Order: sequence, then C-alpha cells, then structure tokens
Amino acid sequence: MADQFAALIIVVPLIASLFVPVIGWWKKRLCYPWVVAVLVIPLISSLSVLNTVMTTGKFSYRLGGWAPPWGIEYMLDHLSAFVLVIVSSISLIVAIYSKKSIEDNLPEKTVPFYTLFLLLVTGLMGIVITGDVFNLFVFLEISALSCYALIAIGEEGAPMATFNYIIIGTIGACFYLLGIGYLYIATGSLNMADLANILPDLYHSKVILVAFAFFTVGLAIKAGLFPLHTWLPDAYCTAPSAVSALIAPLMTKVAAYVMIRLLFTVFQPNFSVNMVPVMPILGWLSVMAIFWGGIKALAQTDLKRMLVYVVVAEVGYIVIGVSVANRMGLTGAILHIMNDAVMMACLFLVVGAILYKTGTREIQQLRHLNKKMPFTMAAFTITALSMVGIPPACGFFSKWYLILGTIEAGQWVWAAALLCSSLINAVLFFRVIECAYLKPMEPAYALNGGETKHEEIQRDEAPLTMLVPIVITAAGVILLGIFSGKIISSVIQFAVPASF
Amino acid sequence: MDVLYSSRPLWAVLVSMIAAFLILATGEKNRNIRESWTIMAALAKFLIVFSMVPVILQGKVIEYTIVTFYPGLLLQFRIDAFGMLFGVIASSLWIATSFYSIGYVRGLNEHAQTRYFFAFAMCLSSTIGIAFSANLLTFLVFYEILTIATYPLVIHKESKEGIMGGRKYLAYTLTAGCVLLFAIGMIYYMTGTLDFKAGGFIAGSGSSTVLIMLFAMLIFGFGVKAGIMPMHEWLPTAMVAPTPVSALLHAVAVVKAGVFGCLRVILYVFGPGLLHDLGIWLIMAYIASFTIVVAGFLALGQDHLKRRLAFSTINNLAMIVVGAALLTKSSMTGGIIHMANHAFMKITLFFCAGAIHVKMHKDYVSQLDGLGRQMPLTMGAFAIGAIGLSGIPPMSGFISKWFLCLGALEANQIIFLFVFMTSAMLDVAFFFPIIYNSFFKKPLDDVAPHFDEAPMFMVIPLVITALLSIVFGIVPDAFFRFFSLTSLAVQNIMGVG
Repeated sequence: MADQFAALIIVVPLIASLFVPVIGWWKKRLCYPWVVAVLVIPLISSLSVLNTVMTTGKFSYRLGGWAPPWGIEYMLDHLSAFVLVIVSSISLIVAIYSKKSIEDNLPEKTVPFYTLFLLLVTGLMGIVITGDVFNLFVFLEISALSCYALIAIGEEGAPMATFNYIIIGTIGACFYLLGIGYLYIATGSLNMADLANILPDLYHSKVILVAFAFFTVGLAIKAGLFPLHTWLPDAYCTAPSAVSALIAPLMTKVAAYVMIRLLFTVFQPNFSVNMVPVMPILGWLSVMAIFWGGIKALAQTDLKRMLVYVVVAEVGYIVIGVSVANRMGLTGAILHIMNDAVMMACLFLVVGAILYKTGTREIQQLRHLNKKMPFTMAAFTITALSMVGIPPACGFFSKWYLILGTIEAGQWVWAAALLCSSLINAVLFFRVIECAYLKPMEPAYALNGGETKHEEIQRDEAPLTMLVPIVITAAGVILLGIFSGKIISSVIQFAVPASF
Repeated sequence: MDVLYSSRPLWAVLVSMIAAFLILATGEKNRNIRESWTIMAALAKFLIVFSMVPVILQGKVIEYTIVTFYPGLLLQFRIDAFGMLFGVIASSLWIATSFYSIGYVRGLNEHAQTRYFFAFAMCLSSTIGIAFSANLLTFLVFYEILTIATYPLVIHKESKEGIMGGRKYLAYTLTAGCVLLFAIGMIYYMTGTLDFKAGGFIAGSGSSTVLIMLFAMLIFGFGVKAGIMPMHEWLPTAMVAPTPVSALLHAVAVVKAGVFGCLRVILYVFGPGLLHDLGIWLIMAYIASFTIVVAGFLALGQDHLKRRLAFSTINNLAMIVVGAALLTKSSMTGGIIHMANHAFMKITLFFCAGAIHVKMHKDYVSQLDGLGRQMPLTMGAFAIGAIGLSGIPPMSGFISKWFLCLGALEANQIIFLFVFMTSAMLDVAFFFPIIYNSFFKKPLDDVAPHFDEAPMFMVIPLVITALLSIVFGIVPDAFFRFFSLTSLAVQNIMGVG
C-alpha cells in the first residue's frame, strides 16, 4: 500500500498540473480549489510514507516495475520521507494562501500560475524522492524551468532577474549533468544505491574526483551558497508573493537535501570528509554566506529584500551543519532544513499579506501595523524570535545542535559565525518589530504635524485565506520547537547517515 | 537523595503562561476580568510553589522531565533547596507586584496595559522556570524567554528613551545569551551532561585553561543580567520602564535570575573544590567587590531616584556574588539569604519610588523635601527598606551582612570585611539624605501638609513588603522558611565540596 503512496506523491500533482489549463479554460475560479485539493494528496501520501518508514524502515519503489539499477527507483528512507513531508506541507499551505495574492497581483495569469505551481511542486518532490541521479536532474530541470517562468511573471525587474537566474541556474544544472556523465562513464550506473556500492573502489580515480567537484559546484549554485548566490536575491525578491513564499523556503532547502544525499549516500562520508578537502571549503564559504547575507540584509530598507538576504545566510547555517560532518552537526542541518522552511514560509507569507493590505514593503512604513494586522504581526514576531534563536521556538534548537556540531569539530570560527548571525538577526528583526509595534519616534511626529497621533487605527487584517496559513506556520514554529526532541528521536536520528 | 516525581513544577511554570494568554484574549475592554487573571495566576502560582516547600525541607528533590533530546540533553525541572528559595521569592513577590501594578497603571492611565500584563505574566513564568531548572540547557531556555518577555516592559513607554533603553538591553542580554549557548555547548561536549549538582560536576573534564575560559564565559553570560561591572550599563538605562517593572524585574526577576545563574555556576557547576584548585574564586570576588564599591559611589551621584536604586541593586547583587565566591559556609549562607532579603527590601524601595511618581509625579531625589508629611506610609516604608539595605538591625539586611562578614573572616580575607563595611557606609550615604529630606526638611510648596497617600492598591503592598523586611530581620525563618532553605542549600553544597 505504501508503495502506491510513493508513486502518488509525484504522479498526482504532475497529472493534475496538465488539467489546470483545461479547468481554467472552462471556469477560471475553479483552478484554486483544484490545486488545493490536489496538493492534499501528496501531503497525505508523504505522511503515510513517513509513517511506513518509521515503522518498517526504508523501502524503495520501482517505477513501472523495472528493476534497478536499470529502472528508475524511488528511494524512501527517513531523510527523504522527512523532507517530502516538509515540501508537501509547505506547498499546500502556500497554495491555500495564493488565492487573494494571485487575484490581486496576476488576475490575468491565474491559469498559467497554477499550472506552473503544480509543476514546481512536482519537481521539488521528485528531487527528494528519487533514487536515481539522472532522474534527479530531470526533476531539477522541471522545478527550475517552472520556477523561472513563475518568477518572470512577477513585478517590474522580474524578467531581468529571471534571465540572470536562468543563466546561472542552467550553468548549475550543467555542472550537475556533467557530474552525472562522468559518473556514468566511470561506473555505468545511475542508481544511487548502486553507485554507492560501485564507487568506493574508484575513489582514487580522477574522473570521480572531477565528477564530485562538478556535483558540489552545481549544487552550491542551486542552493545559493555564497559566492554563487548572486542570482538569488533579485529572483526571489521580484517574484510574486505566493511564488517567493514557495521557493524561498523550499528551493534552497531541497538543494541542501541533495547535497547531503550526494555527499553522504552516493559518496561515502569516508570519501567526502577524509579524501577530498570539500568540507572545510563548504564550511568557510558558509561562514562568508552568513556574514555576507547578514550584512547585506542590514543594508536593506525593503522588508522582502531583507528576508531574501536572510535566506542567503540561512543556507550557510545548513551547509555548516553538513560540513562539520558529525552527528550533532547533521542533526542540526536536517532539523534546520525543516525549521528554516517553516520560518521562511511564515515570513514570506507575512510579507505578502502586508504587501496585499498596505501596498508597501518598506520597513519604515510599517507603522501601527500591530494595530492594523495584529495576528499577522504576532506571527511575524514569533518567527522573528525564532530566527534570533529564542526558545521555545524552533530556531533555537537547530542553532543549538549546529553549535554542538561545530564544537565537536573544533571549528571555533564557525561557531562564532553562527552566534554572530543570531545577533545580526536580532538587529534585523527587532528593527522591523520596533517600526511595526512602537509609535513613530519624534521626527515622524513633526512630519505629520502631530495629527496622526490621536488617529484611531482601524483593524484591517489580511483575508482568511492568507491569515490561516500564516497562523498555521507561526504555530508550527512554536510547536516544532517544543516537539523538536520528539522529531529528532523518531526521525532525524535515523536520517543522519549511519556512519556518523 | 530522595527524588519525588511530580508535575507540580511544570504547573508552577505553566499557570502564569496560561494566564498570559487569557490576559491577551480578554484584552482592554474587560479590564477587571483581565486583572483578575493576573491575581488568580499569582495566587495559584504561589500556592503551587509553596506547597512544595515542606517536601524540599525534608531533604527531597522534586523532579519533572519535559522532554529528552539525546542522552544527557534534556529539558527537566528539578527543585532543590536553592531553586526553591528563588521560586518562593519570585512567586510571593509577584502577588504584591500584581496588586501594585494594577494601582500603578490605572493611577497613571497607562497605554498598552494588556501587553504590559501579558509580558509580566510571561516573565514570571520564565523566572520560575529558571528557578526550577535541573540543568544548564533548561536554564538557558527559560533565561532567553525571560530576556524577550522583559523587552516589551522595558520599552513600555515607547518614547525615544525607552526604545534606546530597549535596544541597549537587548544588545547586552542577547550577546550574553549567545556566549552562554556556546559555553553550555562546550560543557556538554566535554562532560556529556548538563545537570546541576551541588558541589559542581565539571571538575577534571578539561584542562584548567579551558575551565577558566568556560567560567569566564558563564559568569559573563549570567553576569550581564546580574549587572556585574563592566556589564551593568543596561540596568540604569532600563529604568525608563514603569516602576512596577523596575521593581519586580530589576529587583527580583531579571537581575536575580542573573545572580541565581552566577551562583548556580559557582556552586553547582564548578563547585567550591574546583574553584579553589583553579584559584579563580579570589579573582571573582575581587571583580565583584570592585562592583560593590564603584556602584556605591555611582549611586551617590544619581539624582534620579530610580537610577539611584538601580545602582544600589548593582551594589547588592555583587555582594551576593562575593558571598558565593568566598566559598565558605557563612559567606554562602549570607549570599543566598541576601537574595531573599534584598528582594523584599529593594522591591519596597521601588514601590515607594513608584508611589511617589504616581501621586506627585516626582522622580528626583532633590524633589522629595518634606514628603514624609504627606505620604508617611510610603516614606516610612522607604526608610525601613533603606535602613535594612544599609545593614542595620533589626532589618533583614543585617542578617545577610552579618553572615557575609563572618564569611570574609572564615575565608581569611579580611579585605572583604572592609568592602562590606564600605558598602554599608555608602548605603547610608546615599539613602539617608532621602529619609532626612523627606521627614525633616521644610516641605516644598507642592507638598500637601496633610495625609494624602498614593492609591491603596499601591500603598498596601509596599507596607506589607516593608513589614516583612522587619520580620525577616527578627525571625529569618518566618513564613517562607528562607533560612531553612538557605542552610539546606549550603549543607548540600558543603557536603560534597
């Protein structure tokens, strides 16, 4: 039974996306319920898959019944099932949210939007579920191409940003494809499990080393790791709200997942950690990502653009957890994939709601927002505290494990970078909170002639379809923090490669 | 040691957190219902905490595990005598402060009262969490919650000054939180456990250089909240907060949490034995003594009443730290019991400052001439608190000073005796002019010549806390069993170290 669920995760959104134009041609407003209804199925399926994995251990699904290594295989272990649940739940939440945002932003483009939306989700889930490196490339391209199109329908400047993204994203995909080519030449296999068996004998081959290098660079581009992140800020920032809320939490996280997969499943940790100096390089790049993202974020006056740079920094968090290459660090990294996905989803949803209601994203213009949109701002505050790393919100716990990981690895500078990053986040987010919650300071009074002082501020909350997803993610931030112990003991500790 | 498993510690923490959300849900429209949540939670919390005192006094500990992450890494409550002492102080004074707060915010018709009471309840929740923490991780979790829960109170006025004070507060405390996180991670990596143990648990787990570094980090992390110099800067700035906030948070919850953390580190993480071996106890004591004296002198120069009290707080907290750092039986007793005594006396003083602010709108020492005639209860209570803090019998301050001085002698460090004496002199020097001016000087024009006190909601709590400071001076073990708890805690520590 669980086997079928594994197939449903991919098949349902893929087929459903082709139906969206048909439905849209018939009745445009039915697209939204269709997409939401469709996305429930992958969520249920991935939960069921996770349940199966937790009770009976990992299993694989042979697509079309072809036996691996020739046929394509879906590999479902703790790690992929866990990430699948994250991807499917975030995409459902964002789909629910998208209604008003799309009506407002892109009334003409509802149909293509939802088609691409489903394709993007299919691609992301395919990347996670597949056990075949070439199939992974296919899904990578599906997600990337639909993502380019989704970003390009955004605000002014989006086509240019998309163009940048296409160029760099395609280079990344090419690197990845070249890596696959080299592996295939050397081993004759594309199946991950099969590769993992064959590769150890070839670890000293130059071909494998080059393939490994291509993989690493290609994925670093896809994950937006400094200094290969340059495509990311513009693309994420100019995309429509609903799109940024989907790609900001998921795209980079999924790339980070693939990185863990390739570094520690396809290649053995023994190779990735001891035989090539990739871990220190990734680690130091992440440190730079954290500082660069943080500093750039500090310089922004536009809330969304600030968050986009925070995404750059957060990628650094996850990659640091990977590059310390020990149990604690990887626990932190995997936990942070989840936490960051939820936090970023919440923050970008909030930004979208603010934009929808007030028409601005300028931090300075968020005044009195706590009165206008109390629930939205409460959600923002909770998530902001989580980003700073205040318990019991989830951000604290991933930070804690990441720090433990860096301590165990003896990487003091990395630990310091993580700690500094929380402080940078504190400055970033408290600046926003101050603007939104506290009365304007003296000069602003003078500008308004003191008239706004006694103005009664009406509550003007975001519509329910927006508010509910926001509240769910914010509650998720707290609950995932409180239950992080449970999540670690039942899923993540098995998701960390066994050799650690 | 007997362990009693019970969920009472959890409820003690949760009750005010639940109340906080009820307060939020009730909102501004039903003020009386909202306030009744505060009062009910305060009473319930105190009853729950106090119901556990007899168990603790029998020498048992009460334990409750919230969640386990990895072996040795868990969120857990374990109440020992020391934690109980802090729990009782915080929960009993919350009752007084709740009533007082109601009088204060209504007296001044403050804005954002819901937020105020919400944050207050959250603060108390985390303070009790800190008191009952079984290990450093749990401690850190609640310590960070406390940091954030206090922020809305510090910036309550939303003036430029308040916002700047809030920023400074966050800059200091969040940095401290980061340092703590790192140090605690180190300790976990080195020892595989984070559980507090009377007499310390990390001896022998690393080289002395590493241990000294860790000690410095932990003391820095907790010392920021405790206002140990040079990390005290935020405390006087944060006095822009409303007075009940200053009263409870700066005399009881926040700064006491810092001091409580310092004492936990000194006595329960490192332990007297290890600190003697490392030889850092004396350095610690000197640094804190420096704080005592300098804070005393700085207090002399403050005209703003609350800032003067803030420096007096810094002075007294450092005294508690010195008591622990001297590592003798009497000095520890003195230090720990001073946590309780100082709390009651200092909260009285802050309450008085608030009452004066509400009634007379006066904030400066130089404006208090003759006020004793109009507000005899308030100024009388102020006099009691001030006399007590100067260490004059029969107030409770004398008890702690006596033990601290004995401790200095036991440790063969006569210099600290002089530090305590100097501090007492300075206390007299910066408090007595206030008493003198208010009772013996010619009243200022705006002082009414007849009895005209602040609202009863404010006066009654401050009279009660003032009376309690006298009672604790005569019978240190009265009502709350502070003295028994203290000696039990000291016994536990000395029994091992």
